[in-house]
Amino acid sequence: MELVEAIILAVLAASTPLLIAATGELVTERSGVLNLGVEGMMIVGAACGFGGAWLTGSIFIGALFGIVAGTLMSLIFALMALGLAVNQVATGLALTILGVGLSGLIGAGFVGERITPAVHLHIPGLTDIPLVGRVLFGEDGFVYFSVALVIGVWWFLYRTRAGLILRACGDNHVSAHALGYPVLRIRTFAVMFGGACAGLAGAYLPLAYTPFFIPGMTAGRGWIALALVVFSSWRPGRLVVGAYLFGAVTILQLHAQGWGVGIPSQFMSALPYLATVIVLVLLSRARTGGSTAPAALGTVFVPDR
Amino acid sequence: MQLVLEKRAERSNTIALISPLIAIGLTIVTMVILFAILGKNPLLALHAYFIAPLTDGYSLQEIAVKATPLVMIAIGLSLCYLANAWNIGAEGQFLVGAVAGSWIAVKTQGSDAGAWVLPAMLVLAAAAGALYALIPAICKVKFGASEILTSLMLVYVADLFLDYLVRGPWRDPNGFNFPTTAEFDPVATVPLLIEGGRLHLGSIIALLVVAAAAILLGRTIKGFEIRVVGAAPRAARFGGFNANQLVILTFAVSGALAGLAGIIEVAGPVGHLQPGVSPGYGFTAIIVAFLGRLNPLGILIAGLFLALTFIGGEQAQIAMKIPLDVTKVFQGILLFYVLACDSLILYRFKLVFPSRQVTRGAG
Repeated sequence: MELVEAIILAVLAASTPLLIAATGELVTERSGVLNLGVEGMMIVGAACGFGGAWLTGSIFIGALFGIVAGTLMSLIFALMALGLAVNQVATGLALTILGVGLSGLIGAGFVGERITPAVHLHIPGLTDIPLVGRVLFGEDGFVYFSVALVIGVWWFLYRTRAGLILRACGDNHVSAHALGYPVLRIRTFAVMFGGACAGLAGAYLPLAYTPFFIPGMTAGRGWIALALVVFSSWRPGRLVVGAYLFGAVTILQLHAQGWGVGIPSQFMSALPYLATVIVLVLLSRARTGGSTAPAALGTVFVPDR
Repeated sequence: MQLVLEKRAERSNTIALISPLIAIGLTIVTMVILFAILGKNPLLALHAYFIAPLTDGYSLQEIAVKATPLVMIAIGLSLCYLANAWNIGAEGQFLVGAVAGSWIAVKTQGSDAGAWVLPAMLVLAAAAGALYALIPAICKVKFGASEILTSLMLVYVADLFLDYLVRGPWRDPNGFNFPTTAEFDPVATVPLLIEGGRLHLGSIIALLVVAAAAILLGRTIKGFEIRVVGAAPRAARFGGFNANQLVILTFAVSGALAGLAGIIEVAGPVGHLQPGVSPGYGFTAIIVAFLGRLNPLGILIAGLFLALTFIGGEQAQIAMKIPLDVTKVFQGILLFYVLACDSLILYRFKLVFPSRQVTRGAG
């Protein structure tokens, strides 16, 4: 029982950054923009988040630093891909390459430093309930926030007028423009939201997952988050399932090493990446009856006057 | 007042030629600001980056050595990108080529194997790189899975596989427990061009690859197909060109070149297989491909330029204690400016004043 609880806690922790980053990217893609720079925004968020917390001693301020860093990175993307109508795939790759360099530069001063990680909730009585207590009432704030975030995004996209307009921009920017909606402005906000989420997801890693910063600590999580958006068919509900499944694969790999399964650790570490490839193939194959992706995803829009 | 883009009637060829130069100029201006923020003398830093490496023979050779894998990989990537196939996993294909070629070197170590060893290594590495690149290509063509994500995921897999081999079965027993294979035998090593120098046969191979790509793109029907499929997919369909077939072909060629670059790097300048055998060549090659405007000759020049930034970065670190990550930031910023300047080829920037003011002025 103890072990089951420990595994569930670990899975939730491993899934949270994926869920936050993927939720942000889902909103971005729903507006019709493909931002492949998630990994770059995350890794800069990780460096700035750790820096903020280390300088101020506050996890909350660290998280804010991560959010601001991710948003600033996404603004560079918005300027290029929306303002200058540059190819979104190439711009996203550039953002990741820049992010990896920037995070190394920013984080160089913090390598080897430690902080006190985010505290876990403790409600006397409730948290002590066996099995479910710590899972439901003993998480760090990020975990609760990630769930609230994905519910909020679901509500926004499907229950508000603004969400409807955002989806319209993603499906047919020409019509949305003709109806008088500022497509590029809406997309810029969607990109910034995605950046803020990616920055926060990156900051989660050194603030709650491990109490230190190492270069390259995102280890491809930004790319897995991108794959999760495809996995979810651009729907928030499925995104939760996908994120927790991937968190579980990550933890399975760690525990299998602990159990002394006779498989080299590198093969187990490759599991999340291989799982991503397999899931992408299976899903794309199942979806032969027509794509569920936003119709205008990744296409350039230059309003004529 | 608002900045808007206006589509040009036809692409501007003048700007297409000078845009990489504008991009480099803007990058240098940005770097001067970054150096100033880091508290380093910008003029000295620029000198260390761009002038010092050009002043002695050893550094010049080193630039050619670094440019070799970059140019080879970028040529392959440019074929993919021209055909609108997004291979971004060249880093993985590079590593798989390095591993496959090293297999022969490791197995024949210390035996009296003949001169066949190195050619066999090169062929096997190219084949392995091509096969590895075919995984995302086939997943895309058969199942519609995003080649961007699958090719990238396979980079991590290749990296971990290499790590396993050099820490496990292929580890050098006399290597003081370092994760590395033993030094390759002379028959398994890429020969040097200048005795006692650094320049090796790989640089010649890279030049041949550039020439071959120039002929393919400029003089053959296949090259024409690649360009049409990328630039005008609809026209290509009417022309009966098979886009899927070109995805497979360009990925295979690109993987083969990356794999070849991988074994040349391992059997050449490095001399043995170890983790971190690539300082991100596969990713930097993406920048090289774009900076070279997806044109073989342009890629050759761009490859030499980015190699200069690697060598300059090392010199700046030694001479001025400028962190090596500055080189990566530099390369990232450069890619942004290259892409932004590309926008000028198709669009014209125009300042627009709110229409209310315009009508008032007119009436």
